[in-house]
Formats: sequence, C-alpha cells, structure tokens
Amino acid sequence: MAEAVAFYGLTAVALGASLMVVLSRNMVHAAVSLIPVLLAIAGYYVLLGAEFLAAIQILIYAGAITVLILFVILLTEGATGLRVRPRNEQVPLGAITCLVLAALLIAVLTRTPWPQTRSSLPEYNPGAVGESFLTAYVLPFEAMSLLIVACLVGAIVVARREE
Amino acid sequence: MAEVIRIVLSVVIVFTFVAVGVALFLVLMERKVSAWVQARIGPRHVGPYGALQTVADLLKLLQKEHILPAGADRLMFAAAPVVVAVAALLSYVVLPWGPGVIVRDLGVGVLYFTSVLSLEVVGILTAGWASNNKYALLGGLRSAAQMVSYELPLGFSILTVATITGTLSTVRMVEAQPYPWYTYPSVIVAGLVFLVAATAESNRIPFDLPEAESELVAGYFSEYSPLRFALFQLGEYGSLFATSALFVTLFLGGWRGPFELPLVGPVVDGIFWFLLKTYAVVFFFMWVRWTYPRFRIDQLLNVSWKLLLPVSLANLLLAGLLIAGSG
Repeated sequence: MAEAVAFYGLTAVALGASLMVVLSRNMVHAAVSLIPVLLAIAGYYVLLGAEFLAAIQILIYAGAITVLILFVILLTEGATGLRVRPRNEQVPLGAITCLVLAALLIAVLTRTPWPQTRSSLPEYNPGAVGESFLTAYVLPFEAMSLLIVACLVGAIVVARREE
Repeated sequence: MAEVIRIVLSVVIVFTFVAVGVALFLVLMERKVSAWVQARIGPRHVGPYGALQTVADLLKLLQKEHILPAGADRLMFAAAPVVVAVAALLSYVVLPWGPGVIVRDLGVGVLYFTSVLSLEVVGILTAGWASNNKYALLGGLRSAAQMVSYELPLGFSILTVATITGTLSTVRMVEAQPYPWYTYPSVIVAGLVFLVAATAESNRIPFDLPEAESELVAGYFSEYSPLRFALFQLGEYGSLFATSALFVTLFLGGWRGPFELPLVGPVVDGIFWFLLKTYAVVFFFMWVRWTYPRFRIDQLLNVSWKLLLPVSLANLLLAGLLIAGSG
C-alpha cells in the first residue's frame, strides 16, 4: 500500500517534471526541471532496495551533472537562456520519430520475459558492488576507468589549446 | 502507522532543533565570537547578555515587506531558498546524536549525506540566476564552481574513513572508533582535508567568494527580502552545523565522551557529548572566519584542484596500504 502510494507519487513527479523539461521555452527552466526527474528516479531505486544506486544517482546526476548543464547554459547564452530556440521547423518529423521509437520500446519491453523471482538482495549493497567490480567485472571496470581518464586528459587538452 | 508517526515526529524535532538550536543560536554565537575576536562586546541589550537578540531580529524579519525584483523569475526566485533549506535539513537524517538516537541509520549514510548536501548548490545557482542581477548571478556561478570543486576532496576524505572502517553507515563509523593506531597518519590527513573542504563547502571566510561583499554586494542572495533571506540563513547555518556534526562523527568519536556523566544514562550522555563536540567544531569554523582574510577566486580553485585533491587521493592510497600492511 505504502509502496504503491510512493510509486504513483514518484511517477507523477517524474512525468510532470519531464514534460516541463521538454515543453519549457526557457533553457534554464528545462535544465532545472531535470532535477526532480532525476530525484524521482532515485526514489524508484530506493523502492527497489538499491540505496547505493539512489545515493549515487543524487550525488552525480542531480547534484553534479545538472549543475554542469546549468553552468554551460549560464556561461554561453548571455546568462539568460532565453535566446536559444528550443524548437524548430522539424516538429512533425521529430514527433513521428518519437512515436515510432515509443512504439518500438513498448513492444520490446512488453514482450521480453522478465525474470520474476523474488531473490533477496545482499545485505550490504556497496560492498557487493565493489566486490563484483574487482572480481567478475574487473576487465570492463578497468576499461571504463581508462576511458574516463582519456576523457579527462582530452578535456584538459582541448581547454588549454589557446595558450 | 508507527513508522509514519515516527517520521512525522523526527521531522518536527529535527526542524525545531535546526531552527532554534542551530540557526537562531549560531547567528547569536557568530556575533558573540566575532565580538570576542575583535575585542568588542557584541549584542547585549535584548535579554540577558543579549541572548534574545536573534529572536528580536527574526521577529523584525517576519514583519518586513516582501519584494520581488523587476524581471525576476517568480517561481524559481521563490523556490531557491526552499531548496537550500530543505537540502540542509535532509542531511540531518543520518546524523547519530547518541547511541540509538538517529532518524534513520542508512546503509549508505555518509554517501547520502554528501549527495543531499550537494543539492544545495542547485538552490544557490537558481537563486543567483532568478534574481535578474549581475552580482547575484556571479555569486551563484562562483558558488557552483567552488562547491563542485571542493566536493571532491571532501568526498575523498570521507572515503578514506570508509576504507578504514569498512562501512558507510555513520553509526558503525562511530562504533569503529578509536581507529587502529597504524591508520592514524591517514586519518589525520583526512581530517585536515575535511576541515578545509568543509569550510569551502559551507561558503565561509576565507572561502566565501560567492558572497564577497566587497565585489558582489551580497552574492546570490543580494535581491532577497527578509523571510526568504532568513531561509537562506537557515540553510547556511544548518549545513554548517551538519558538516561539523559529520566531522565529529568521523574523526572525534561521535557521541562518545572522555568519561560518562553520572546518573543520566547513555542516551543523554551521548547527546551531551555529541552536541558539546559539534558546537566546539562550529566555534573553530567561526574563529577561522573572523581571523583570516578572503582568498581570490583563482587561488581558491587552485587550492582545491592542485593541493587538496592530489593530497586526498594519495591519502586514500596510503590508507589502503596501511590496512593491507597490517595484515
């Protein structure tokens, strides 16, 4: 019961704020509306028992990425966010693409046989995550780390080119 | 049902404590400490020794006119101070006040703490933008740059303690203290990095560039009229107290005192020592604020990226080596 109330509440927030992101004519409003969406998704993670993922979601997406997006808008658009045109002539084309994509996703998601077993989660979430990073998934994990380091170095090189 | 009552009670108690014991009291304490540092007397006319000065100030703030600046973004202007205050209040969920006295002992405690405090910057940034004022906007942008930069060393120093204790839960971190003697070099460095980064995170001198009054009027809250200004103060002092409390939890033994108080039982004893230590750390932050001059913005960011971040990373490695070396 309580879970259902929480789920529908979170869904209402997520959908409402998502609509704001897409429909708002002001870039800054759209960027700020992204935060409730991300927080609501963190709420879903909590409902599913993935506290660690929820905390990371808030820390990285809601707290850092959106701030970065806001920063970019404020520094590049004369700090108003009003001059950017969020829409152009290609609205019909975009709508068709969205509908096709949505139909495809719904078809795939409803036909996939999802595992329905109620297996219990490990008691201590972050420990299990770290454990699997350094045992079963050590190769993808190291590859990701390498990729991130490459991105960081690349960003610094691009940013310092003018000197 | 019991859970709902528990939640409502916790919210009421925490909010009352933050409003009265933290915001009102810390503003008074700040004025008294600044007076002490500058060899003045400070507020002394309202109430005994001026103790009711901030209450009088608050009553005055509540009566004043609410002003919306021309061209301000109405909704975001109103929402920003609430975001700042709520983000600060949310962090109190995982503070362990005493043995068993905690709103919720989350398995991801310290991670939760840093993540909700990082939401504060969203409120500050939108406040600066929505005010339609160049000084406010500059203050908001500086604040965002500063808080995002200092989050990293803060996070790494917390992570060092998490590596040593093997947990993210605040309660278990207190229970794990005193830490094994061979980890002390690493713990001390982590504590120092935490102190510096926490000063910057709570936007206080010498790191108060977001509201540097000689350049930016009052930074991101220049345009705010009384009631919302009071909410910003609530958020600011609320997060100052919360970070001090986290410092006590991670490095100063939390609710454990050097000796047990007679006759009161473990809970009151725990709360007493926890509050005593936290207010002592808050006093330290105030002492620093009224003693040192302000940094310049580039110096500030250099301290974070070129000094604190490498040091805290090396320290994390050191902690791992110390633990591995001890077997």
